[in-house]
Amino acid sequence: MRSRSLTKLLANPSALFGLALVCFFIAVAILAPILPLDGPAATDWGAIRKAPSAAHWLGTDDLGRDLLSRMVWGARASLMAGVVSVFIAVVVGVPFGLVAGYFGGWVDQIISRIVDALLSTPFLILAIALAAFLGPSLTNAMIAIGLSAMPVFVRLTRGQVLAVKTEDYVEGARAIGLGHGRILARYILPNVFAPILVQATLTVATAIIAEASLSFLGLGQQPPAPSWGSMLNTAKNFLDQAPWMALWPGIAIFLVVIGFNLLGDGLRDALDPREI
Amino acid sequence: MSVETVEAGGRANGPANAGSGDGATVLRVSDLSVRFAGQPVDTIDGVSFTLSAGRTLCLVGESGCGKSVTSLATMRLLPEKAARITSGEARFEDRDMLRLSRREIERVRGDRMAMIFQEPMTSLNPVFKVGDQVAEAVARHRKVGRREARERALEMFRRVQIPAPERRLDDYPHQLSGGMRQRVMIAMALANDPKLLIADEPTTALDVTIQAQILRLMRTLQDESGAAMLLITHDLGVVADIADEVAVMYAGRIVESGPVETIFNDPQHPYTIGLMSSMPTLGAPKGRLATIPGSVPSPFEFPPGCRFATRCPFAQTRCFSEVPPFERNDDGHGWACWRTPIETIAEAGGHA
Repeated sequence: MRSRSLTKLLANPSALFGLALVCFFIAVAILAPILPLDGPAATDWGAIRKAPSAAHWLGTDDLGRDLLSRMVWGARASLMAGVVSVFIAVVVGVPFGLVAGYFGGWVDQIISRIVDALLSTPFLILAIALAAFLGPSLTNAMIAIGLSAMPVFVRLTRGQVLAVKTEDYVEGARAIGLGHGRILARYILPNVFAPILVQATLTVATAIIAEASLSFLGLGQQPPAPSWGSMLNTAKNFLDQAPWMALWPGIAIFLVVIGFNLLGDGLRDALDPREI
Repeated sequence: MSVETVEAGGRANGPANAGSGDGATVLRVSDLSVRFAGQPVDTIDGVSFTLSAGRTLCLVGESGCGKSVTSLATMRLLPEKAARITSGEARFEDRDMLRLSRREIERVRGDRMAMIFQEPMTSLNPVFKVGDQVAEAVARHRKVGRREARERALEMFRRVQIPAPERRLDDYPHQLSGGMRQRVMIAMALANDPKLLIADEPTTALDVTIQAQILRLMRTLQDESGAAMLLITHDLGVVADIADEVAVMYAGRIVESGPVETIFNDPQHPYTIGLMSSMPTLGAPKGRLATIPGSVPSPFEFPPGCRFATRCPFAQTRCFSEVPPFERNDDGHGWACWRTPIETIAEAGGHA
């Protein structure tokens, strides 16, 4: 079953393209320390706001820092923020969704009303509020984004559990004497996992944009460490003199987000049991 | 509330069983009543039956008559908020299943008492290998390692006659046919040598040739283990094939019960008679197949008396107002009807 899904994923050109984009950025982020680049915070007062050239492939910024190096190191911050915050959202949200959907009753009522309240606030506004409350740093930005994305996972998981818990095999599990914990872990969770995985992939893209937004607002990655969002923040002051400063982070965010979205769509199609 | 009693055990002319403890009472359900939330009366009303080792009791009736609810109540698998057990006792191995704590009941389920479901296509967890699922049932109740549990699963696959059992252990449910999946379900249910097996329409979802195979297999395994079996079905062909005793249910009450031959040859309750005559037979068709007009009333429309009165061709005023007592003769044949024996009505000109 898993291998069939994999075959389907690999046969989908746009999903493959998405996967390639994502893999490319992940590879760049991982390889950052061993690439032959200047440090991302190394300034060169002789090369301030220089256009792309052989010495600086992507040009330099207002402090003479190499933009290629900053882009590469910035990929680490962006991807990590995307993945870690979604990880937080899944780890916190899925158990709440499982409990709410499986047990129902007042537990479900409490969890669902809190989720409704959180969902009534726009995602980014909530993230900004939380990040401002926690204080500006990349770690806090990831926590803020993760908690803001969490309600979606609670609601998604709960809905899936409601569908799965009436399946015959769950009753079968009860009939062989399994308790709630084991049924949740072995019979419910694995069967609601596919849509969660799809949602998680798509949410990584949203989280990367959210991190860029928070960093742009000064609530994320703190200078001089680079992130694509904070690079855009600086670049906006020099749009006339050095448009490339804004161009590269913009393109990178666009590509990585479209990569995750294509991958997520592909996963959704591949994991959908209704299509052969 | 009527109290009906079915003695399913102790029949002298039952088939010889190799199992030990043949004839000993395994399950005694008495006066079981279940009320669903928001309903005015007990949907399951005063159901009683007894099940003995090595015997098969078939619970028969049309859809919605409460067969499955009765069995689920016995296993305590009903959702507690939606379906309340209002009275009764289900004595299994000297313990009342209806009063055990959740932990105690989980220890009994799948070990001493097991269940086979109707839909083999959906009764197995799609994301795990079937061998692991059978092994899980073993490991839940026995102190065994992974390898031993797997060995036991393999042994069970052999016993339920799954071809190439070593390879099938590592198959996922979707790789197996319906018949094979039902064999896996049976293997899982019997893995811990239960004393009582409840089978809820185990062959309904299978095609006819597979049905016969599965029934034969269940019969063989039951003979080997000496387990008692409660088989729920609406298929009288299955009943004739496998039952020692039959209990006919209508709208949540047992209306007639007794040894299988007696029920087929000498049915007394008008509902049983209706069921028997609505069974198609081989040979040239002789007119239209008989049907029982109408359908099972909802609990809101149950008459205070006999629940079959609304559809019964012989019903009188009394039938609607007073619950007929369940009376049993010396052969273990019992029924609940004011109008029996029906023959006397027919002879008297039948003012129905």
